[in-house]
Amino acid sequence: MRVMVMIKGRGADEVRIEPTTEMLAEMGRYNEELVKAGIMLGGDGLKPSSAGAKVVFAASGDTSVVDGPFTESKEIIAGYWIWQVSSMEEAIEWAKRCPHDAYYGAEQVLELRPFFEMDDFGDAMTPELRAKEEELARQVQSRQGS
Amino acid sequence: MTEPTDGVRRRIEAIWRIESARLIASLSRLTRDVGAAEEIAQDVFVAALEQWPAGGVPPNPGAWLHTTGRHKAIDRIRRDRMRDDRQLGAALDPTLSGKSDDDLLALIFTACHPVLPRESRTALTLRLLGGLSTDEIARAFLVPSPTIGQRISRAKRTLTEAKVPFETPADLGERLPAVLEVVYLIFTEGYAATSGDAWIRRDLAEEAMRLGRMLTGLLPREPEPFGLVALMELQASRFRARTAPDGTPILLPDQDRTRWDRTLIQHGLAALDRATALHRPLGPYSVQAAIAAVHTRAPRFEATDWEAIVALYDALGQIAPSPVVALNRAVAVLHADGPEAALTAIDEVRADPRMARHHLVGAVRGDILLRLGRAADAAEELERAAELAPNQRERTLLLERAAAALP
Repeated sequence: MRVMVMIKGRGADEVRIEPTTEMLAEMGRYNEELVKAGIMLGGDGLKPSSAGAKVVFAASGDTSVVDGPFTESKEIIAGYWIWQVSSMEEAIEWAKRCPHDAYYGAEQVLELRPFFEMDDFGDAMTPELRAKEEELARQVQSRQGS
Repeated sequence: MTEPTDGVRRRIEAIWRIESARLIASLSRLTRDVGAAEEIAQDVFVAALEQWPAGGVPPNPGAWLHTTGRHKAIDRIRRDRMRDDRQLGAALDPTLSGKSDDDLLALIFTACHPVLPRESRTALTLRLLGGLSTDEIARAFLVPSPTIGQRISRAKRTLTEAKVPFETPADLGERLPAVLEVVYLIFTEGYAATSGDAWIRRDLAEEAMRLGRMLTGLLPREPEPFGLVALMELQASRFRARTAPDGTPILLPDQDRTRWDRTLIQHGLAALDRATALHRPLGPYSVQAAIAAVHTRAPRFEATDWEAIVALYDALGQIAPSPVVALNRAVAVLHADGPEAALTAIDEVRADPRMARHHLVGAVRGDILLRLGRAADAAEELERAAELAPNQRERTLLLERAAAALP
């Protein structure tokens, strides 16, 4: 199975926290461990929310754009990994080993979310539905191709 | 023994999966005996199952497993009077336990040692490196559990009797192909599965990819492990697209490429880049991965760069000549240079006595003849191929094509 691990923090902490050299080195070692365990499929870091923007579709139907930073936000994604593991439990055990630093007094969160796999849809994904989905995908592709 | 709750048990199993290979590797270094190391590791696992549910999982479970294992190994060495004191000294010296990567590599090379029969190598590798139980391996290979159990214990005995040293071989380049072969065998066992317990066996393919990536982490200067990872991941990226909802296989030309797995493609192509960036002669897995990459990069089957594929098959034929490679090359030639050139290529394959009873030679030759407008010859060729087909489905398919060839 495949799991996305999102590195999250509070928007208010974003400007205060500068990763130290030691922290980066520890993170490097951790990443190396993930690679050597063969579970790492991908991952990247994201720029701070000051470089980001939000497109908000209001319930009223209005659309607005909000520029970063999102200092009010409780959960800002700072980066992510994609892991291939045998179970959710295995992913959790790996996540627990992630280096963290209590020095800042800031809460750090790793959120783990498994990807959908075709089998997850079970009976809900009937052959007809699946064929329909494939037909749609083909139409989209041929439109892109033209 | 307190029966652990499902939650704790699953947690212990997850920790086991992460730790077992390195644990067995370091215990093998201490005991110089992979079989003994594996038994001690099993004892440690049982101890964790007994103690953790009641006392709680220790804050650093990995360290607990390693310390407990080391103590058990030392007890065993002390008990065993055949061993000399030097080994005990080495086992007691904690400074000697720091080369975890070397131990892991040595374990891989031992599990894939040429003194073992192929089927034992795959089972032992899954057991020692993948942390899979005998039952899990048996389910994946569709054989009874005792068969796998015997295979593993016989393999461990063979290693002891042959006095196979626990080390990364000095002639790494010579021995690496055997290791890569085991990983690829595990992969194809899972990848070939299309029915029944297909999902269990797909896990086998995932396990092989994990083992391959492990090898690239341990041997970052060797191109072939990267090539193998690329090959497996690019092939696996087509998992979802290669069967119709009713289970019938969908061949490459007809696959819906939007269903190919982008994450695996990205990782696989990056692995292939790593293999080529090492600027050393590429091995057969890297070249096969390069062929797979040409297909991956083509937005549609018709847009495939067949010239590149023919050139890569030429290269593959040089480093790993085989009539099957030549057969594949003939198909590529048909697309790249047309039916006349392809007929020459396929007739060379047909002249090889090893291919005399291979139905695909006739199937490909039939198609080529059809493209040349020789309908009667094509039909005859396809009928002959049908007689050689390994199963009813392919036989029917070939007979249908033979019938369709005639006006």
